[in-house]
Amino acid sequence: MSGLLALIRKDLRVELRTKETLASLLLLGILTLLVLSFAFEPGSESRGEAAPGALWVAVTFSAVLGMNRSFASERDNDCLQGLLLCPVDRGTIYLAKAAANFLFMMAAQAVILPVFVFFFDQTISSSWLGVMACLALGVLGLSAVGTLFAAIAVRTRAREVMLPLLMLPLVVPLFIGGIRTTARLLAGRPLADVAQWLNLMLAFDLVFLVVGWLVFAYAVEE
Amino acid sequence: MTSRAIAWTDSLLPPLTFFTMASALYLVFVYVPTDEAQGIVQRIFYFHVPIAMMTYCSVATVALFSILYLWRGDRVYDRVAHAGGELAVFFCSLVLITGPIWARPIWGTWWTWDARLTATLILWLIYAAYLMLRSVSPGVEGARYAAVLGIVGAFDVPIINRAVYWWRTIHPAVLVNREGGTGLTDPRMQLALAVSFVGFFLLFLLLLRLRTDSLRLTDSVEDLRQQALTA
Repeated sequence: MSGLLALIRKDLRVELRTKETLASLLLLGILTLLVLSFAFEPGSESRGEAAPGALWVAVTFSAVLGMNRSFASERDNDCLQGLLLCPVDRGTIYLAKAAANFLFMMAAQAVILPVFVFFFDQTISSSWLGVMACLALGVLGLSAVGTLFAAIAVRTRAREVMLPLLMLPLVVPLFIGGIRTTARLLAGRPLADVAQWLNLMLAFDLVFLVVGWLVFAYAVEE
Repeated sequence: MTSRAIAWTDSLLPPLTFFTMASALYLVFVYVPTDEAQGIVQRIFYFHVPIAMMTYCSVATVALFSILYLWRGDRVYDRVAHAGGELAVFFCSLVLITGPIWARPIWGTWWTWDARLTATLILWLIYAAYLMLRSVSPGVEGARYAAVLGIVGAFDVPIINRAVYWWRTIHPAVLVNREGGTGLTDPRMQLALAVSFVGFFLLFLLLLRLRTDSLRLTDSVEDLRQQALTA
């Protein structure tokens, strides 16, 4: 447990000193929202309907970028070697990396969500807690799958290209669940209406955290 | 498997597959009556459904042999998993081709975002990425990475199916009665489907065997090259 916390603290400290990952996550998220807002006429019906999709595309793109960063930085100075020499098992390294990725992405969401509400003219006053919970479940699942495959992608010949190819089809349940849930909550529906989707997302997160924890050793072994 | 069983399989599997597939072709194109509601195009159903089953067989093969490979570390398992991944993409592509050929005259559209269609497309993307991962990371490391994806993919398939199923049942369904008219009440139709199913399963085994074998040769060529380089 102390090893886990030390590894998370290490990632947070590196991030606080450089602020690279967080800044790039945020900017990419906002840029995605901007680009997608050109796709819909301001004030048209379709804009409101497409809004949850735009939010989730922004979340996913910034997630892919963040995951790639989290292992690219380890690779650059051969830090991965040092990381693997830590006196903790591989599963703990995985959980620490996934936790750090989750924290970075949630920090980015804290800005992306208000920007989204602002650009897409949403009313969120009553449902923001539910939307945040849904984002948290989505981001947790993205980190669970993404951390595992980022470790793999960074060691292949294609590097950054591989991660989205591997990760995006696997996380489709999170998109569907996230978009449906966000759309309903923004439409003012109660939390009970989206319980089945939140359960599905939670199940996805738990399954892939456990699978990732079990197989991470094979993804980083020399 | 003992060497005798392997030799037996190798000599018997090709003619058996040929015979069953030829019978299936005869049954589908000559023997079976034309469907009253859908007409001639319904016959593609006897290929489409067994091929779809073989896609899931291939996915299960990848998952099973990926686990065996990570557990035991024997490269034989890795080669079977690799061959299974190729077959998953192969059969899934055929499903995605034969489906629209049927759907165009019956549904009036090549593609619709129906639950099963969406899930099949996602499946194809996962195993296409699996082959991509294989090609960018050769050797023992690549085999381990692919095994990780093979296991994760198999865990994901049921969750994806659940998610897309809910997604489409919540949306107004474009086509309520998907299987409209293909209830196969005629025993001749059931026979054709059963024979076609056996034929495709034998084809699956045969292709798996052939690809595993040719991957073994690829591996030994690579081993020889390494030996020659170090010698």
